[in-house]
Amino acid sequence: MIDSTYILLQHYWWVIVSLLGAILVFLMFVQGGQTLIYSLGKTEDKRKILVNALGRKWEFTFTTLVTFGGAFFASFPLFYSTSFGGAYWVWMTILFAFVLQAVSYEFRTKPHNVLGKKTFEAFLFINGLLGTVLIGTAVGTFFNGAEFTVNKMNLTNPDNPVISQWQTSWYGLEAVLTFHNVALGLAVFFLSRVLANLYFINSIDDEIIIPKAKKSLLVNTIPFLVFFLYFVIYLLVKDGFAVNPETSEVYMEKFKYLHNFLQMPLVLIVFLVGVLAVLYGIGITIFCKISTKGIWFAGAGTILTVLGLLMVAGFNNTAYYPSNFDLQSSLTIFNSSSSKFTLKVMAVVSIMVPFVIAYIWYAWKSINNKQLTQKELEEDDSLHVY
Amino acid sequence: MIENFDLSLVDWSRGQFALTAMYHWLFVPLTLGLAFIVAIMETIYVRTGNPEWKRITKFWMTLFGINFAIGVSTGIILEFEFGTNWSNYSWFVGDIFGAPLAIEGIMAFFMESTFIAVMFFGWNKVSKKFHLLSSWLTAFGANLSALWILIANGWMQFPVGMKFNPDTARNEMMNFWDVALSPVAINKFLHTITSAYVLAAIFVVGISAWFLLRKRHILFSKRSIIVASVFGLTSSLYLVWSGDGSAYQVAQKQPMKLAVMEGLYEGKEGAGIIVFGVLNNDKEYNDDQEAHHFKVEIPKLLSFLGYRNADAFVPGIKDIVEGGYTYVDENGQTHTALSAEEKMKRGKMALNSLAAYKQAKADGADSLQHASLQSLEENFQYFGYGFLNDPASIIPNVPMTFYSFHIMVALAFWFMLVFIVALYFVYKNQIEKQKWFLRLAFVTIPLAFVASQCGWIVAELGRQPWVIQDIMPTVAAVSQIDTMAVKVTFFLFLIVFTALLVAEIGIMRKQIQIGPKDE
Ligand code: HDD
Ligand code: HEM
Ligand code: HEM
Repeated sequence: MIDSTYILLQHYWWVIVSLLGAILVFLMFVQGGQTLIYSLGKTEDKRKILVNALGRKWEFTFTTLVTFGGAFFASFPLFYSTSFGGAYWVWMTILFAFVLQAVSYEFRTKPHNVLGKKTFEAFLFINGLLGTVLIGTAVGTFFNGAEFTVNKMNLTNPDNPVISQWQTSWYGLEAVLTFHNVALGLAVFFLSRVLANLYFINSIDDEIIIPKAKKSLLVNTIPFLVFFLYFVIYLLVKDGFAVNPETSEVYMEKFKYLHNFLQMPLVLIVFLVGVLAVLYGIGITIFCKISTKGIWFAGAGTILTVLGLLMVAGFNNTAYYPSNFDLQSSLTIFNSSSSKFTLKVMAVVSIMVPFVIAYIWYAWKSINNKQLTQKELEEDDSLHVY
Repeated sequence: MIENFDLSLVDWSRGQFALTAMYHWLFVPLTLGLAFIVAIMETIYVRTGNPEWKRITKFWMTLFGINFAIGVSTGIILEFEFGTNWSNYSWFVGDIFGAPLAIEGIMAFFMESTFIAVMFFGWNKVSKKFHLLSSWLTAFGANLSALWILIANGWMQFPVGMKFNPDTARNEMMNFWDVALSPVAINKFLHTITSAYVLAAIFVVGISAWFLLRKRHILFSKRSIIVASVFGLTSSLYLVWSGDGSAYQVAQKQPMKLAVMEGLYEGKEGAGIIVFGVLNNDKEYNDDQEAHHFKVEIPKLLSFLGYRNADAFVPGIKDIVEGGYTYVDENGQTHTALSAEEKMKRGKMALNSLAAYKQAKADGADSLQHASLQSLEENFQYFGYGFLNDPASIIPNVPMTFYSFHIMVALAFWFMLVFIVALYFVYKNQIEKQKWFLRLAFVTIPLAFVASQCGWIVAELGRQPWVIQDIMPTVAAVSQIDTMAVKVTFFLFLIVFTALLVAEIGIMRKQIQIGPKDE
């Protein structure tokens, strides 16, 4: 009965979804940057440079989020229906924050924008704050569980056919009561600010902003490390949600996530290399005065770290979206995935991804070859300025 | 937690989806059409090297950018709403429905957002040719995203290429090409994109007319009108052709929708199309009142358009509820239609067989398991009816669908007239003197948006109570959350989207007043 192609596809899709999630966390430097526009940009002119530097990248973050959603839906629809349909308030708040962001760059400085420049800047700030903290907190529930039940046979009851049901009236907001979730949220928040500072240092040429960004880098690195280390250490010592591969039964296992790291050395290496690369990227920027390349190391490191964490959540017979309310309702990559046929179709489609990355790379290289300066924003009137 | 189902939950969820979808659709058609118009203008610029055409291109591109941003911001909500508000739906058909959404992200959205950046930031940085290519790729990207989402939507109207799996309690994809190339999806795509081109063309003609009324940018406006009218007129022909194709598909696959579009209660042979009519709102499906207070009809046309045979029988609302008429299916076989009552009985049988199958499987009762599965498969085509209790509940809202349909069709011919007259006056070189026409052209802009929204009302309201035709009714699709939560988000969306719309219109108006910039 064991269909190894199907299992392979399920693992493949978990890697793809994790990778998209990881790239998303890296690209959320845009959100981090949006929370820094006030502290780094004390004057209108400076804020304009910051917003324009971020404005050239926001679409990528946004599109990655949308694609992440679509890919998760296509490959693990039961997660989509259980989590989105239950943790309603968390996801809706995140979405509202992104709705506000999407118009803000284009509308901010346009005349007659009705709401005013300050409002659109506030929108950017709100998106930066809520987007990062809540997405991090929501991912925290992958390790700490949420409050839902899944019963596919509900479908046969015309009076109440809903398969996935949430069991608290807080609809997801209860996740903030678990400090471990919040710690991840705050780690993501401060990480996004760290990455934003590295991005500014790389892409802006301005003698007032850059020293401030360097200082801000240091200031944000400290809380990032505190929350991140707390999250990781607690993760290694806590009980985890294990699955018996024979019976599909979910049970609690002591040190499950530590075991996962040790039993999957490749994942451990990915994770450790990622963490080191983040630290290296921050380090060279702080200690080596002229380096502007920190973002590349820290960015790649972020991707590897998050990838490692998500693989620990889903691989090695682990329930990646556990239910505290009813352990047996927990979602695994096996019981929540699409059919083999759909995963196969999608796998064929995923062959296009390298091609997509290649044209993105090419297009951006051709228009983004030098650092942004105030002079350019003021003088080049063929430029689209936000 | 909540034991019995709260009906107002469904209604608020529907309201929220309709609200957000219709807001999204205010901006999307302009993006789809304007992208091509801008690309055509830029092509003329690159061909002729005339800087005036660059100025024209850049002006419309500015408006495109403003509209694009708000289109993106209203789109993200829709994608996630399938999960947040239609969670049961998302599991039941996610195996099929998720794929187009993911493909849309990978293929279309990245293409759009990458090349739009080159369009806006690349003017002096990349070669003219590469810039032009980027404008075309942006347009293709936008239309590609329309393709995938409409495949998804087409599949809901006419589910194909899948099989129900009783073990997972969901439909699973069996054939990708059946889904992607379903005739309903292809027609829907063609009709929707051509409607978007017409809308954008009306927009360009209308704004240019406004400049001419103000005696500003005369040459600029005339050139814009020529490009837009030719593009618009060509698209109009395809629009009407594909609209006919859509109606044909509806006749075959969703006869109830067709009956409601025309307000046809009692079916007949050689049925006519109503050009103009007023419905009798007191009419019940099973009483003897006249359906219309007043109507102007073209005889036999409905039969001809719906079945390509002027004497074909078109079933009315009453026939479809009560059954008993004969029809021919896709394979050319003749059947007698079942009544809604009978379909509901068979639907309940399918639900019960599914439950029995599961129980038998758990108990290891092999023969019972087998028998239940067989009964489930026999009755599966009526699965969704099992959730319904009242035969009349299969009738969608008649007035909304009827009037929306007729407004849409009437406006199609009006738009065509606008393009023809505009071209005529430009050809005669006297368009700036025809104040009455310029005013009419300007006030036609909102009508294009009305026609477009009406189209979606026909398509979406006309398929009620189904979210997936015959297989899942809307009531069974919804997430089980607090009605209050949906109410709150409904009003939040209403406030936020309206505020953004007001801002967008303010910015657009200002940019139009500023007019094209000198190079
Ligand atoms: C500018 C807008 C516009 C105009 C002038 C028309 N349409 Fe349309 N129509 C649409 C915009 C639209 C749309 C917004 O694109 C819809 C909504 C859903 C869809 O598939 O396309 C649509 C849907 C739609 C449907 C329902 C399809 C379904 O339920 O799946 C039919 C039968 C028609 N149209 C038929 C026509 C005919 C016969 C027209 C003219 C002779 C016409 N439309 C003009
Ligand atoms: C952007 C164009 C669209 C518009 C304007 C639109 C319009 C509407 C409207 C008016 C409703 C409410 C129907 C009702 O209350 O009975 C609705 C419902 C719905 N539509 Fe659409 N729709 C659009 C596109 C789509 C697409 C592309 C899909 C699927 C891919 C879709 C899926 C749904 C669903 C799931 C519902 C909720 C169930 C229902 O109430 O019927 N819609 N839409
Ligand atoms: C209910 C179904 C729909 C969903 C879930 C949906 C989803 C989305 C999302 C998430 C975006 C933002 C993409 C980005 O990040 O750039 C978007 C934009 C877009 N959508 Fe939709 N959409 C729906 C209906 C439609 C329909 C019916 C069409 C066209 C026929 C359409 C065409 C577009 C286009 C062209 C864009 C590009 C941006 C823009 O217009 O501003 N969408 N959509």
